[in-house]
Amino acid sequence: MTTTADKAAQGAAPAPVETVTFTLDELEVTVPKGTLVIRAAEQVGIAIPRFCDHPLLAPAGACRQCLVEVATPDREGNLRTMPKPQASCTLEATPGMVVHTQRTSEVAATAQRGVMELLLMNHPLDCPVCDKGGECPLQNQAMTSGRATSRFRDVKRTFPKPIAVSTEILLDRERCVLCQRCTRFSEEVAGDAFIALQERGADQQIGRFDEAVLDFDVPAGAARPDATGAPFSSYFSGNTIQICPVGALTGAAYRFRARPFDLVSTPAVAEHDSCGSAIRVDHRRGVVLRRLAGEDPAVNEEWITDKDRFAFTWQAGPDRITTPLVREDGVLRPASWVEALELAAEGLARAQAAGGVGVLPGGRLTVEDAFAWSRFARAVLGTDDVDQRARVHGPEEAAFLAHAVAGTGVGVTFADLERAPAVLLAGLEAEEEAGVTFLRLRNGVRRNGTRVFGLAPFASRGLRRLDGTLLPAAPGTEGEWLRAIARQTTGELLPARVDAEPVAAVAEALARPGAVVLVGERLAGVRGAYSAALRVAAATGARLAWVPRRAGERGGVEAGLLPGLLPGGRPLTDPAARAEVAAAWGVAPEALPDAPGRDLAGILDGLSVGQLGGALVGGLQLADLPDPQHARTALAAAGFVVSLEVRASEVTALADVVLPVAPPAERAGSYWNWEGRVRPFGQALESAALPDHRVLHALAEQLGADLGAATALEAHRAAGALPAWTGRRTPAPTAVPPVPAPVEPGTAVLASWHLLLDDGALQTGEQFLAGTAKRAVARMSATTAAAVDVFDGDLVTVSTDRGGITLPVQVTPMVDHVVWLPLASAGCRVHDALGAAPGDVVRIAPAAETPAPSEPPGGAGTGRGGAR
Amino acid sequence: MTLTPVLTDTWDAERSWTLDAYRDRGGYAGLRAALAMPPGDVVQAVKDSGLRGRGGAGFPTGMKWGFLPPDDGGPRYLVVNADESEPGTCKDIPLLLASPHHLVEGIAITSYAIGCRHAFVYVRGEVLHVYRRVVNAVREAYDAGYLGTDVLGTGFDLDVTVHAGAGAYICGEETALLDSLEGLRGQPRLKPPFPAVAGLYARPTVVNNVETIASVPGVLSRGVDWFRSMGTERSPGHGLFSLSGHVTRPGQYEAPLGTTLRELLNLAGGVRAGHELKFWTPGGSSTPMFTAEHLDVPLDYESVGAARSMLGTRALQVFDETTCVVRAVSRWTDFYAHESCGKCTPCREGTYWMKQVLHRIEAGEGADGDVDLLLDLCGTILGRAFCALGDGATSPVTSSIQLFRDEYEAHITGHGCPFDPAAAALFPYPSRRQPILAGGAR
Repeated sequence: MTTTADKAAQGAAPAPVETVTFTLDELEVTVPKGTLVIRAAEQVGIAIPRFCDHPLLAPAGACRQCLVEVATPDREGNLRTMPKPQASCTLEATPGMVVHTQRTSEVAATAQRGVMELLLMNHPLDCPVCDKGGECPLQNQAMTSGRATSRFRDVKRTFPKPIAVSTEILLDRERCVLCQRCTRFSEEVAGDAFIALQERGADQQIGRFDEAVLDFDVPAGAARPDATGAPFSSYFSGNTIQICPVGALTGAAYRFRARPFDLVSTPAVAEHDSCGSAIRVDHRRGVVLRRLAGEDPAVNEEWITDKDRFAFTWQAGPDRITTPLVREDGVLRPASWVEALELAAEGLARAQAAGGVGVLPGGRLTVEDAFAWSRFARAVLGTDDVDQRARVHGPEEAAFLAHAVAGTGVGVTFADLERAPAVLLAGLEAEEEAGVTFLRLRNGVRRNGTRVFGLAPFASRGLRRLDGTLLPAAPGTEGEWLRAIARQTTGELLPARVDAEPVAAVAEALARPGAVVLVGERLAGVRGAYSAALRVAAATGARLAWVPRRAGERGGVEAGLLPGLLPGGRPLTDPAARAEVAAAWGVAPEALPDAPGRDLAGILDGLSVGQLGGALVGGLQLADLPDPQHARTALAAAGFVVSLEVRASEVTALADVVLPVAPPAERAGSYWNWEGRVRPFGQALESAALPDHRVLHALAEQLGADLGAATALEAHRAAGALPAWTGRRTPAPTAVPPVPAPVEPGTAVLASWHLLLDDGALQTGEQFLAGTAKRAVARMSATTAAAVDVFDGDLVTVSTDRGGITLPVQVTPMVDHVVWLPLASAGCRVHDALGAAPGDVVRIAPAAETPAPSEPPGGAGTGRGGAR
Repeated sequence: MTLTPVLTDTWDAERSWTLDAYRDRGGYAGLRAALAMPPGDVVQAVKDSGLRGRGGAGFPTGMKWGFLPPDDGGPRYLVVNADESEPGTCKDIPLLLASPHHLVEGIAITSYAIGCRHAFVYVRGEVLHVYRRVVNAVREAYDAGYLGTDVLGTGFDLDVTVHAGAGAYICGEETALLDSLEGLRGQPRLKPPFPAVAGLYARPTVVNNVETIASVPGVLSRGVDWFRSMGTERSPGHGLFSLSGHVTRPGQYEAPLGTTLRELLNLAGGVRAGHELKFWTPGGSSTPMFTAEHLDVPLDYESVGAARSMLGTRALQVFDETTCVVRAVSRWTDFYAHESCGKCTPCREGTYWMKQVLHRIEAGEGADGDVDLLLDLCGTILGRAFCALGDGATSPVTSSIQLFRDEYEAHITGHGCPFDPAAAALFPYPSRRQPILAGGAR
């Protein structure tokens, strides 16, 4: 969304593109200057065989499969044929050039056949058992450019097979054609090179590194070290499997599971983050076997995170709820839909009478579901006690979202990020919390020199790969930083404790046209931060975008799944807004609540003291909430709980009625990604499971109301029926950052965020992926560690009155008196174990006794470089 | 024809590699002459001299320097390619061993001419003794004020870094050398951009061979006319001719370009006594081979080219009639297969296959069609590989088949090699004619 109308920054009419006209197989072709011949050929439908070439990677010219015959005019204009055939993947078209591909030139055809023969001579004939067989560029091009029989009667090059690059990626070196797509991807795109060319000549091969050479975050799991002790660390490694033009790189989970020609492919959108990455779901006989990156140049190009690629087994795990459940004599038992819906409706009606129903839809809904939930809460239950946020939250954030996000449409886009001169990340670790956003930012850094600033307690590996500048901020002081940047821009005095030099640098960078501030949902835990971020945007002219973690959050904001906020950014307290919504929903305006309701914390409080009569809960995990223990007691104390869930969870265990709903693969819908872009997807699998909106529609019917969400189409139209609000918006929050309190000896301020791969509920059942997650460590500066007398690799206990977490220390250059823990990794559930949130003060001390090592093989050890 | 000792002039001096020995014979006069001229005039002098690259390709040196873009205030580099690795080529290594100051003076002059403040010498890593000599010579030159800050009081600053490679033939290819020098894996870069525009650390860079740079001081101290008085019109000057193999007195012979092998053999005492010339390479193993027919081909760039080979590095490997051409070519191909960097398919896979075919033929396991297969493979490598080293790997195979196809066929039809390696060896070697029984005493 845009908070400052900065259309000028996006540039006026684009400059006319300089073009080049040349001849390609007797066709006259006009392309933009700088276009490679192989790209120009694609544009006119001529397929030149190739392996190393990839449109999103820099040209390599390594495989030599795409050779064509080229003639260029000399100074007098006489056409001169180049003595050697040229690689069309490295050759830019020039005016008057005449290119003959294999279709019209025997020279080109012979050259291509020759290279193909060489590529095939060492390639094993194991296509029948190879994952790639049937969708293999080498196989296909061998059919077009290869010989029927091989002349090679000598000794083939072989390797022991396969080597595990990680638990997830396997490498069969004898299949490799050394096109270097994988290594170039990891260097150029992801920036986390985990494999490289080794040896030379015919012995050249793709191999792993020694971790000591590279800057690795040591993976947790059974990421097997190889002979040199190198583990693996990448969130984007799965892309190498997909771009491998042969079957050299394969995924452990999919290996030998299916033939490509047996798979049915459905385009879809990844449900793991708010980027809205296009994916392709490949399934066979009702079972999803793999997911691939879809192509969407505007969003994820052709890349997705490993989580988007591999974490799909949660949708079909053994804990799937397949029938409605009702509680009888304290025990849940299967029930018919009719019975369950009747009981749920009765119970909700009772709860409504007994103080009201709190609505907690969770942050993973599709837009269609979100609108149904919003309407169900307001129009059917008559309550504004609705909050989708299953995380640290607060009223300042709700005001910020209502003011600056809801109903603003598409604002900052991925393309804007790539073109931005400067990007400030506040409360956001792009690689961990929005993987594709990280990749697109990295494109900007590499191609356009985008300067990235990260407001965080330490420079993460992700920030370093963005060549980012760290603005060192202890948790809780982000607002102070942002306020200082705004003040610097407007020429106000800076507080004495602020380091003026970096503030000036950021302020100057953000003032450049096209600069962007990305704020993450974690700022919700910092008083004054969102308010200050708005001031930064207003003062510098930088555009502001909110990047939540969960896929449904932006859509939920649009649907009004926050207290005080109706769909399209309409303030609940505005009678005109209420009237518009009431008209669209076909209810009397008086039927809608007119006072802002409780947020998540308020709802839980209300439930636990009996102010609220019951709760309607969607897909949320209690362990994700800021105080899981409180949530458990609240739901246990609640008079009546209805849960809409895909799988058994802590909530379903506490619910009185459980209504099963469909996971993304078994329904159609759409997400709004953080850009504000609508990302529709179709249903991959035949299923009897109902999406949320159909279940809510049926429940509303039981309660005598019409939700207008009986079908996917109806639900989708309902979302469109309330376009963005044009009236007076919710005012901007104006909270002031508090002055941080001094930190007592033996304590530290807690810093924490979710890692991409952690203990999340949507990653269950995928042990290969889990092995590539980062090992949980407690990070602190040398000073902080010395103050409590622990050394790198020692076990440290971080504790509160609630409990403690014991992890190995990783001494990290970072802000002093701060301890960082992964928020929700295995063995490190911060909210649950500590009852604390980032910014809280926690105790740190050496671990009382060293527990027996219980780490998986290979990932064991302490500290960096310990995985021996 | 007589020899023209210029670079070899000091080789007979006592401790010839020292600065004193070099100065005794007039060393560093060229640098003084150059520093008295504007840099542009130095470039012009080298252009006028017609000095051509001595690393193999023979590109006019002055023209190469002229390709540098105008000074933009940023650094620009001179990189000296001392990664001499081609089989048969042995001119830079002896030169650096015997008289490294020729190179150091040349570096100083060239750097002054092209505006370079930091020059690099990339020395082949295996020749540690040469590396030490060069490092020592550079140190002496620093101490004497020929390098460092304010060279000879002219205000010109120059640093020289001597870098030892790790032993890869590919690093003699200029862009692979630059990658290796930058600390990366030594593999050739995509061109354009050419090194003159974006070379070392993406800055304008001149990459020249040792002998080329070592020849520059003479041009400056003795003049263009002196230089052009040697050699031919288009290949002027002196050059090191390295005779090896079946020669009575192998070694480096410095002579004007355009000399012939016949003349050089006369100086070298002829082919090994009692034998006659069978074939020879004019410029190292990657240049198409010649036979006795070509004894009078003038050894300059144009004449050798007209005779369908290349002057290359003037590495004259001489083989007499005892040599099995299949065996010789097979060993060269082993080298190319071993040294292929692996980047591109034709060179990586093609040399791997050719090596196996040649070994098979030599072992008597050749099949009908193998010779044509070799020619086919060479066709697939030549002009298709990423860099010129792939092309070079095909030259011995194609040229030997052209000249000695019968001998290849004889290996195949006769199921073995008709030659005795012991006869060709210049050192004790077990003869194939005396079968060695397993476990038998030698």
